[in-house]
Amino acid sequence: MRIYALAVYAFLYFPIGVIALFSLNAGRHASQFQGFSTQWYGKALANPFVMDALKTSLTVALVSALLASLFGTMAALALQSVKGRTRVFFDALIYIAVMVPGIVIGIATLIALVTVFNWLNPILEIIWPIADQAPKLSMGFGSLIAAHGLFTMALVVIIVRARIAGMDRSLIEASADLYATPFGTFRQVTLPQIFPGILAGFLLSFTFSFDDFIIAFFVAGSETTLPIYVFSSIRRGVTPEINAIGTMVLGASLAILILAQTILQRGRKQAGGSAP
Amino acid sequence: MQPRVKTWLFLMPAGLWFLTMLVLPLVVVFIFSFGERGAAGGYVPAFTLDQYANLPARWAAFRNTLTLAPIGTVVCLLIAYPLAYFLALRTTPKWRTLLLILVIVPFWTSILIRSYAWIFILGGRGLPTLISALGLGDVQLINTPFAVLVGIVYGYLPLMVFPIFVSLERLDKRLLEASSDLGCPPWRSFLNVTLPLSMPGVATGCMLVFILLMGEFLIPAILGGGKVFFVGNALVDLFLQSRNWAYGSAVAVTLVAIMLVTVTAYMRFTRRWAGGRDDVSLM
Repeated sequence: MRIYALAVYAFLYFPIGVIALFSLNAGRHASQFQGFSTQWYGKALANPFVMDALKTSLTVALVSALLASLFGTMAALALQSVKGRTRVFFDALIYIAVMVPGIVIGIATLIALVTVFNWLNPILEIIWPIADQAPKLSMGFGSLIAAHGLFTMALVVIIVRARIAGMDRSLIEASADLYATPFGTFRQVTLPQIFPGILAGFLLSFTFSFDDFIIAFFVAGSETTLPIYVFSSIRRGVTPEINAIGTMVLGASLAILILAQTILQRGRKQAGGSAP
Repeated sequence: MQPRVKTWLFLMPAGLWFLTMLVLPLVVVFIFSFGERGAAGGYVPAFTLDQYANLPARWAAFRNTLTLAPIGTVVCLLIAYPLAYFLALRTTPKWRTLLLILVIVPFWTSILIRSYAWIFILGGRGLPTLISALGLGDVQLINTPFAVLVGIVYGYLPLMVFPIFVSLERLDKRLLEASSDLGCPPWRSFLNVTLPLSMPGVATGCMLVFILLMGEFLIPAILGGGKVFFVGNALVDLFLQSRNWAYGSAVAVTLVAIMLVTVTAYMRFTRRWAGGRDDVSLM
């Protein structure tokens, strides 16, 4: 049994190890190992296309994760006191956002936004006070953030709601009995208890957005995110440079994820629950 | 401020976001699927079922998806079950958390880069070289259904392990003691107690993996080399290359319809296990 488990873990981590190993390849042929060197890391970090794509990915991931955490937490808090049709409606939306495959979200967002923009742009041109200077709406940063924010907001609502459900309610009652204002109770009792959930939600949202390829592929417009850059490079053939980028991306997301998991696990222990 | 007003204000940003970025786009896809293709691509309003009538033109993509997705799901299940069993019933709590994190974490890292790694392993200088060095003849692994299957199992295994683990961990261990006290050999306890009680987890895992596989694009694109393609690859082709929005929308609606049927079947299936909990989250 133990050997079997080991074999499965080897299967899960071997490919990651292979990429990391080949990223240290001195030779320029990706699949032939010719001694150790870190030159490809330097080359990848000096490549302006890579750095541009990285900047785009980081900006989109940061903004969409921040918005998702803020609005998602607000929605999760408000949903406590909502019942009936609104509740069912929201639950259905969250369920659909998580369940509909990314590729369908991607194409749907693409054709909906392009159609809406095609309507709005002539109108903007007419109503804009200065002639010929009306802004032209197009796919890009905005559509990337909006599309990533959708899935990640649903994720934050789910995680934060789970935290709220596991919260010790008697503390809120105690706080009210001790004449705390509702806001004071929120700041000193509720927020500290749900904060691990918000933080974990933020970190997961960030990694989701940073790693997402399929939605970005459709809605990025003229922008290039790092996964889009990597995908188009793979199409042209494997290079040690891609291995270096891949190793850095995997390393960064592994670090963030282990952090998120640790926060969630510790939060569970504090909440007294044992089930993961 | 009135509590009601406050609640609405708190719900509004997320609500508007969901309406404009989820409901509106899905409605647009549905409407477009009844339209026609414009002369230069894009969409021309119409009401016709031509696009749906034309679906068999992409039959190969549906066939590949509907064979490899179930096979991939079953292979994932066969590999994941023993691991979940080991984690839930054969490890100490201290190790359990760490080992579980190690299973889940790869799922959240870039599937693009993890699939790409298999190009090395299955490509010309990887496993095939090793196999021919062992004198077992020349084999082509990359760009075959086998490569896509390996990528699928590799990518989605964590998603299968987790729900099964949760249902096994919640299992009342006293039932197993009772079963052995009553003279059941371990294998019969497993078949009569453990396995039936873990079925909700099995069903959840299978449904999650199957649904995500239906919309898969990257794994066939990277490891199938254009020879093994899924509906997702057809969608990318229709929207980004040939710009046939109406037909592409019809393909997308059909894909979602197949998934909805699967989810409904799953709900029926899990409801039969009374007390079976299906609130297994992904984290």
